[in-house]
Amino acid sequence: MMKSRLPLVLLACGSFNPITNMHMRLFELARDHLHQTGRYQVIEGIISPVSDNYGKRGLVSARHRIAMAQLALETSDWIRVDPWESEQEKWTETVKVLRHHYNESLRSLQFRKELMRKNWPIERATEDFLSSLDPVSPELKLLCGADILKTFSTPNLWKEEHIKEIVEKFGLVCISRAGSDPVQYISESELLTRFQHNIHLVTEWIQNEISATHIRHALCKGLSVKYLIPDSVISYIKHYNIYTEESERGK
Amino acid sequence: MGQAMISLFSRTSQNTQISTLVFGCDSEVLHLDLWLQGNHMENPDNKREVVLLACGSFNPITNMHLRLFELAKDYLHETGKYKVIKGIISPVGDAYKKKSLISANHRVTMAQLATESSDWVEVDDWESSQNEWLETLKVLRYHHQKLASSNPDNSLQSAVPLIKPGRKRKQEANRYIPVKKNQLSPETKGVPQLKLLCGADILESFGIPNLWKLEDITEIVANHGLVCITRAGNNAQKFIYESDTLWQHKNNIHLVEEWITNDISSTKIRRALRRGQSVRYLVPDAVRAYIEKHNLYSPESEDRNAGVILAPLQKYARGCKQEQTL
Repeated sequence: MMKSRLPLVLLACGSFNPITNMHMRLFELARDHLHQTGRYQVIEGIISPVSDNYGKRGLVSARHRIAMAQLALETSDWIRVDPWESEQEKWTETVKVLRHHYNESLRSLQFRKELMRKNWPIERATEDFLSSLDPVSPELKLLCGADILKTFSTPNLWKEEHIKEIVEKFGLVCISRAGSDPVQYISESELLTRFQHNIHLVTEWIQNEISATHIRHALCKGLSVKYLIPDSVISYIKHYNIYTEESERGK
Repeated sequence: MGQAMISLFSRTSQNTQISTLVFGCDSEVLHLDLWLQGNHMENPDNKREVVLLACGSFNPITNMHLRLFELAKDYLHETGKYKVIKGIISPVGDAYKKKSLISANHRVTMAQLATESSDWVEVDDWESSQNEWLETLKVLRYHHQKLASSNPDNSLQSAVPLIKPGRKRKQEANRYIPVKKNQLSPETKGVPQLKLLCGADILESFGIPNLWKLEDITEIVANHGLVCITRAGNNAQKFIYESDTLWQHKNNIHLVEEWITNDISSTKIRRALRRGQSVRYLVPDAVRAYIEKHNLYSPESEDRNAGVILAPLQKYARGCKQEQTL
């Protein structure tokens, strides 16, 4: 009997200030890699922009960042943007965002299970049989650049127990550029080494480093960012007059 | 400019110098305000018009190709001397015989799909519809000729705006005469400059034996000019320094540094496609959809022209007796 693939959801946290082609490319890369292992079926991608009170300089309002991400993802049939994190009053630690989305997927799974049971005639139902029909709860993994691994060792940036929960309970999919060595970051950490089976390293061979910071600077200077971010996002930025000199100088 | 013109006065404004020439002709005094090429003018109407031409396989076209145009345009505009009015993508013909080169029809169509959203970059299929392979210089000459013949006011005569007949102007040395905006009609600009747009790899390919004719390279940099997009730390400057020909015309070679590391080569795109990997966000969506629909790139397509000698190498190696120094 062919082993069926585990359903998997990818979650990316970040400023998305603004969203770029590279952000979306990370999802595509991760999905290809996970599918190639033969073990997973990536069913969804979630972009979770950080809330405004993250306090980062030059961070435009969440309303805009969400809207731009939505425009960018219009053509994607599997990636969506989720506003929950941006709607929280305080900044939310990454592990809490993961927990929230995991619980959400369990909730919707439960709902679907109940729906299925309702539709199945009771006479033919046995508990075992029904359980075999139950959709499997998807795994939720954090999608990020491999430099996140490096930041795990920065003092006071992450809580130790959070790192553990992230790599143990959820898992990471880390994209790194060709020539870099993310394995080193794993081997330097006892915790990461212990859960390395849950850290998927993906190499990006087609370098396309579109930093959102550079995008903002270019926009301020009136330089073109066409083909780096979607046309719809460029139009939005022009229309709402964001990423101008004033907004970059500091809010 | 005709010898009949006499320079009577000049006006200096900040760092610029305009010569105001007066053309004497019977009772009519014709004012001709000309700008000297390369002078920085605040008035945008005086910028030198430029058309950018990119030759290449475009097999397929990628976001990186499209970026080259945007980077070049921004750079030229920032110098204050140029106004880029058009970009032309000219895919090479099938007779180029490069390995993995798929039919020109597809490559042209994909480029057209890719430039639909651009208001200044277009695709030209003249080169690709020729039966034989054409040197880049020939393509440049063709497009230059096309630009020159479509420019309605090539002759200086028709470029001279007339003022009311019978009116004479006082001529005083150093008298300030303000440049009237409406006198700077578009006709005085002349034919736009046609510059070859390329990546640093093309520049460095000048050194590959038998790929380019030395006289072609010379004419390209002397008569047209290059806009070459490079990555930080690239050898382009060194390459120019080491070539007498390129050094001589280095003012006509613009090196533009790209500020994001963009390595989306067509080769890598084709490789990803063969492996069933996603190329979304690396090529325009319409191009990706077209490739999928027609299943353009496969291990078979990659083997096209395998073992065939590239057209220019075939052409030049035949007659080449001694190696030319670039």
